[in-house]
Amino acid sequence: MEFDYRDRVLVPGYTSCLGCGEAMAMRIVAQAAGKNTIFTSCTGCSEIFTSRYPTSSWAAPWIHSLFENSAAVASGVYYALKHRGKLEGVNVIGTGGDGGTADIGIGCLSGALERGDDILYCCWDNEAYMNTGIQRSSLTPFYAATTTSPAGKASWGNDRPKKDIPAIVAAHNIPYVGVGSCGYYRELPRMVKKALSYRGPKYLQIHSVCPAGWRSDPSQTAVIARLAFETGCYPLYEIIEGETKPHKPPKEGWKHVEEYLKPQGRFRHLFRAEGGEGQIVRIQALAGANIRKFYGDDAVPDFAKEAEKKAEEMAEEQEAEATA
Amino acid sequence: MAEKQEILEGAMAVAHAVARCRPEVIAAYPITPQTHISEELSQIVADGELDAEFVKVESEFGAASVILGASATGVRTYTATSSQGLLLMSEVLWNIAGMRLPVVLACANRSISAPLSIWCDHQDAEAIRDCGIIQFYAEDNQEACDQHLIAYKVAEDRRVLLPVMVNLDGFLLTHVFEPTILPDQQLADRYLPPYEAVLKLDPANPATFGAFTEPDKCMEGRWMVHDACMRSLPVIEEASAEFEKVFGRPSGGLLEEYKSRDAETILIAKGSLCGTIKDVVDEMREEGTKVGLLRIKTYRPWPTEAVLKAVSGAKQIAVIERGASFGAGGVMTPEVKETLYDAGMQTPVSGFCVQLGGREVPPDGIREIVDRVASGEKQTAYEYFRLKTEILPELVPGA
Ligand SMILES: Cc1ncc(C[n+]2csc(CCOP(=O)(O)OP(=O)(O)O)c2C)c(N)n1
Ligand code: SF4
Ligand SMILES: [Mg+2]
Repeated sequence: MEFDYRDRVLVPGYTSCLGCGEAMAMRIVAQAAGKNTIFTSCTGCSEIFTSRYPTSSWAAPWIHSLFENSAAVASGVYYALKHRGKLEGVNVIGTGGDGGTADIGIGCLSGALERGDDILYCCWDNEAYMNTGIQRSSLTPFYAATTTSPAGKASWGNDRPKKDIPAIVAAHNIPYVGVGSCGYYRELPRMVKKALSYRGPKYLQIHSVCPAGWRSDPSQTAVIARLAFETGCYPLYEIIEGETKPHKPPKEGWKHVEEYLKPQGRFRHLFRAEGGEGQIVRIQALAGANIRKFYGDDAVPDFAKEAEKKAEEMAEEQEAEATA
Repeated sequence: MAEKQEILEGAMAVAHAVARCRPEVIAAYPITPQTHISEELSQIVADGELDAEFVKVESEFGAASVILGASATGVRTYTATSSQGLLLMSEVLWNIAGMRLPVVLACANRSISAPLSIWCDHQDAEAIRDCGIIQFYAEDNQEACDQHLIAYKVAEDRRVLLPVMVNLDGFLLTHVFEPTILPDQQLADRYLPPYEAVLKLDPANPATFGAFTEPDKCMEGRWMVHDACMRSLPVIEEASAEFEKVFGRPSGGLLEEYKSRDAETILIAKGSLCGTIKDVVDEMREEGTKVGLLRIKTYRPWPTEAVLKAVSGAKQIAVIERGASFGAGGVMTPEVKETLYDAGMQTPVSGFCVQLGGREVPPDGIREIVDRVASGEKQTAYEYFRLKTEILPELVPGA
């Protein structure tokens, strides 16, 4: 089969790792938005693997400034186009990793959303600072091991659940918030086009499997991404003009979180260390709560409800121990 | 065409001068003593007198980043800040210079915390001295206004393409009312035609900005910033000469030689302090002391040749600063020494930090400095002038 790359917005030849979900997500977003788009980028993997001077993988105008200002740079692009009357038919898309978006860049992002700037912001959520070697971010999931939240005798890995950025973003009363996944690649172009059909600030967060940082099989990227949704670990939904529209639930019912955790090295300690299996209950409980939030209590499978109960008991025991 | 003088507050005057440069995107964040500039610009835009986007940002970091994005998209931009704000911007400012974006900004110079102080010194601007931003320093409000026009002219010159920062002393200029001529709009338009970028973010001609480089190419990219900075020296002189032609009065330039041609003792300084120094020079000249002032108007790029020429006849030099490099010496003082050393000259140079955080510099202090260096006193270290040792706490507790 022959490919014609001439119409590509993100042109092949970039230097991401094999099976990089962030590259997948970016390629799809770029293609759906088209060449009449100006992209801004945070520092991070996506910037590094597409812009090694003197080469560039971008067939559309693209700018990288710093780690934490992609949203503000996108705002600047927007105001310049607006001033010169050149907004018609041109999209402005700010992009960044989970670190650049949810942590260090959240101020600039909030500013752009609050001002009502007509931009789409896309966050490639690979759940850690990958470019600098897998450090924890506020979007690293519960109990994942990273180089700054390692598992050890006194640690099960990252001890906080993911920050709810889509909710924070939605609280800015913006017309479109989308949470997609590189595993649901057929959905993404629709989401991008939907987002771009609104005036004002839009936010799209895309779960992006990182085989290097998650220590997963590069050939399984899409499978793992789908498992994240099918287990309730990573809910997919849109909030369109204030109304939440969850992705349709998995056909074969919600799966146990182990199915998602097992193929990933970042959770391996939970299966190897003594007592680890017991800790998975907590992740299952979080997944159960996710399912309830978007699909109602009836949708929560029994095994998840049990896990929630157990997790609660564990928490009570811990508290009793702490006060004893 | 005769332009009329108005009595204006410095910050107001600057805002109106900037408006006549027709910036298209402005982003700024409040900080004393800069605030009046951005407030007045907001009003000018709100009154429909200037067609610009005034972006209400969440921080100075955001302001600089918005300006960066807008400038890269090919429009004329402006921001203004002070002190903590400039430092918060600094990561972006280095990036703006590296990307060769002709942004113009003002710094209403103010001390850096701690201790917290809102008053004037030059440590804020000097903290970003090395980033590739051209730095002008104004002595009075008229010059602060004029330097903004010259700043755009130089920044957007295709031989330069660098950001330019106009420094005006916080409170001492920003909040002081002086008779000022605002540039006539028609003349300003003649002097500054609409900005057209060489390269911009444009779907019709896609370009990649801010790529990363490997060690085999990075230094060359950085050197080009230095090179552009050096190339701006004659461009600043040209732009200043053209300013005089268009507006009928001189302004701008690299430096001012004030009664220094035949001076034995030359003082070197920048900013509004030079007003006080000139008064002292006048008095001492009348008393027969051969003293003069070299006022640095363009601090970056450092005008090596012009400085050298101006001080080559001096017997001794005193550099009077509102800055310091903690743990070393002065900031401008070593630059003067380097200039002389490289030319094989041995002229003694003394450095004085006359104030940090807004303390008044009385004329008798300047006079004392002149007397001391003229008497041949040899300095062994940069001096914190008239440091009040009596109010210092015990320096090393328990020692
Ligand atoms: C101000 C600043 N702090 C830290 C860094 C170092 N840094 C560069 S990229 C990066 C991590 C990026 O993580 P993320 O945003 O999640 O993107 P990813 O690489 O995972 O795609 C860090 C910490 C930097 N460039 N600038
Ligand atoms: S480290 Fe992860 S995100 Fe970065 S290029 Fe490799 S797979 Fe992609
Ligand atoms: Mg990341």
